[in-house]
Amino acid sequence: MSEPEHRASGSWHTCAGARLHVVTGKGGTGKTTAAAALAAALASGGGRVLLVEVEGRQGVASLLERSPLPYEERPMLSAPGGGTVSVLAADPEAALKEYLELFHGMRRAGRALSRLGAVDFATTVAPGLRDVLLTGKATEAVRRRKGHRGHPSSAPSGAPFAYDAVVMDAPPTGRIARFLDVNAEVAGLAKVGPVHDHAEQAAGIIRSECTRVHFVTLLEEMPAQETRDGLDGISSLGLNAGAVLVNMVRPELLDTAGLEAARTNTLDRGALAAGLTAADLPDPEGLAAGLEGELHTHAVRTGLEAGVRDGLASLGPPVLELPRLEHATGEEAVQRLARALTEQGVGR
Amino acid sequence: MNPADGTGPMDVDALLDDPARRVVVCCGAGGVGKTTTAAALGLRAAERGRRAVVITVDPARRLAQSMGLGSLGNTPCRVPLPEGTPGGLHAMMLDMKRTFDQVVEEHADPDRARQIMDNPFYETLSTSFSGTQEYMAMERLGQLRESGEWDLIVVDTPPSRSALDFLDAPERLGRFLDGKLMRFLTAPAGSGPLRFLGAGVGMVTSMVGKLVGAQFLNDLRSFTSAFEAVFGGFQERAERTYRLLQDPGTAFVVVAAPEPDAMREAAFFVRRLASDGMPLAGLVLNRTHPLPDGPAARLGPEEAERAAQTLAGTGEHPVAEAALRLHAARARTRGRELLLRERLLTAHPCVRVSEVAALAGDVHGLTGLRRVGDRLAGAGPSGEGPADGTG
Repeated sequence: MSEPEHRASGSWHTCAGARLHVVTGKGGTGKTTAAAALAAALASGGGRVLLVEVEGRQGVASLLERSPLPYEERPMLSAPGGGTVSVLAADPEAALKEYLELFHGMRRAGRALSRLGAVDFATTVAPGLRDVLLTGKATEAVRRRKGHRGHPSSAPSGAPFAYDAVVMDAPPTGRIARFLDVNAEVAGLAKVGPVHDHAEQAAGIIRSECTRVHFVTLLEEMPAQETRDGLDGISSLGLNAGAVLVNMVRPELLDTAGLEAARTNTLDRGALAAGLTAADLPDPEGLAAGLEGELHTHAVRTGLEAGVRDGLASLGPPVLELPRLEHATGEEAVQRLARALTEQGVGR
Repeated sequence: MNPADGTGPMDVDALLDDPARRVVVCCGAGGVGKTTTAAALGLRAAERGRRAVVITVDPARRLAQSMGLGSLGNTPCRVPLPEGTPGGLHAMMLDMKRTFDQVVEEHADPDRARQIMDNPFYETLSTSFSGTQEYMAMERLGQLRESGEWDLIVVDTPPSRSALDFLDAPERLGRFLDGKLMRFLTAPAGSGPLRFLGAGVGMVTSMVGKLVGAQFLNDLRSFTSAFEAVFGGFQERAERTYRLLQDPGTAFVVVAAPEPDAMREAAFFVRRLASDGMPLAGLVLNRTHPLPDGPAARLGPEEAERAAQTLAGTGEHPVAEAALRLHAARARTRGRELLLRERLLTAHPCVRVSEVAALAGDVHGLTGLRRVGDRLAGAGPSGEGPADGTG
């Protein structure tokens, strides 16, 4: 089967040069897959990209059909032209311990806090704190210079960045604005202190020109509506929208006339049956009746999708399409989707 | 598929008709169609004579509109149904903050309530704490159950990070509000209940203070003391609502889409319900793509693909070629769905499944919800079909 033609509109150039790519989308739209594909596309041609997942679901590991990942940046995908995607499954507790150690030299205190329920503290007492730890980890990777794993201010500013880009597999659309508005969340509670400063620093990067927020959607009304709402949400926070990534786009097999005939049930069933006879299939008449029904459903759905597609194109951000893959899974699927993105102009 | 051995399709109508059934909880991963399923169950119950209320957490207005309402609030609103409908249907959308406010107002004198609500922690606790939404959904469920105005309450659970959060979060929130950590963090230095731990504690409190600032700890301290005075045992309250879920009058419906992640979540949930002694009515496998009966159902994906290749060589039958490729893709999709379903049923052979074929387009209006309800009950057409009444 040939890859579908891309009917994508707009272009990626508004996102080129960004270093933090936040990927969100309604649940069930394939956010993790799209984030991994974007990371691989950004890495192609010799790039170093970090893919950070923050929801503790081990989504990347299950996508790549691997066992769960430890809290560690680990090269996991290679991209065409020598690029590498490292993956980090971030969790708040490990991020908290690392943060205490790196920024405050408080290894023992971190352990004590952890024994006394640091997880509860971070996730229950203030989810804002949890979000700060996770966004803080991602923005630390954005700022990090080569050869200076650790406190960013200890690195010479001339050294190249450790990663060319960081892609974050972020919480779903419904929670993204709150998640990224770390400043407001923590500033409301902790008015001074290092956590407040940490939040300020993370927020500084998230609000800057460095960052783009991308939305993954399907050609269905509900995810498209969430994309619209999500875009409003981030623009009211003053964040930069990236691209709309339409996932699982099916190839169009019929031309406009064929679609219209299928939709109105006016296909030439005789011709269809003749084709099936030519292909040596048994019971061509009966089969033609069944396939006609499938074509009708397909045409109705295609019509609805066209409406959704027009709506998405009118939102403003560039719209990129990811094909629905029938055969590939795991890493192969990610690579094929990455190629589709590269063909649509995605790059660093 | 022999009902005698405990497997087979889920009998949705028996579930909805049983007068002893008072609560149906729909749970599952995000994006699988929980809200629509809950609404469709509520409507079907009403049309079968129950006085039903649906609690949703989905702020999407379209659901409200599909029920003929402009919007939904924190109190149940009557859904206009066609004349002659034997039962009735109400719907409400959970307003976390409003529900929390009511809980506070109910338990505290006005001064104390004001003191709690003015604390900056209250704002966060009542709007964005992880667990609050789940907790408040249960609180609201408890209230509606006690009011006795409805004989069937259908609950659409919050779109949590994991479906299990619905069961875990209230207890976690209760444990926290009640908990040692909170008391320890908020106790004046040197006098806390954990002071026997010695120097380590002082170090940690001072570190927490250093990290988040003294104001944070002061706010937290005054908040906890005001809160504790009012609620005594928040955890006990969480446990009470939790027990309501174990009641024989409650049934859980796990909703899943035929995708690996959603099915994995569904399997987790099935196991968890069993280990917590909570009654599972069955699994709704939502938005599947069954092939219509007939010769096409017997044409496998490889065979269809091969035939399409043959035709592609000549280029004389473009429509037949397209139809065959389309069929191959559909048959493959169906094959994957059956595999996922089989895998779950092999691990959990007693789970009853109700399969709901995908509708082309979104569900609009009562007609759409009714159509979903028909499919849930196994009464609708088995193939895909249009979502609205026009096709």
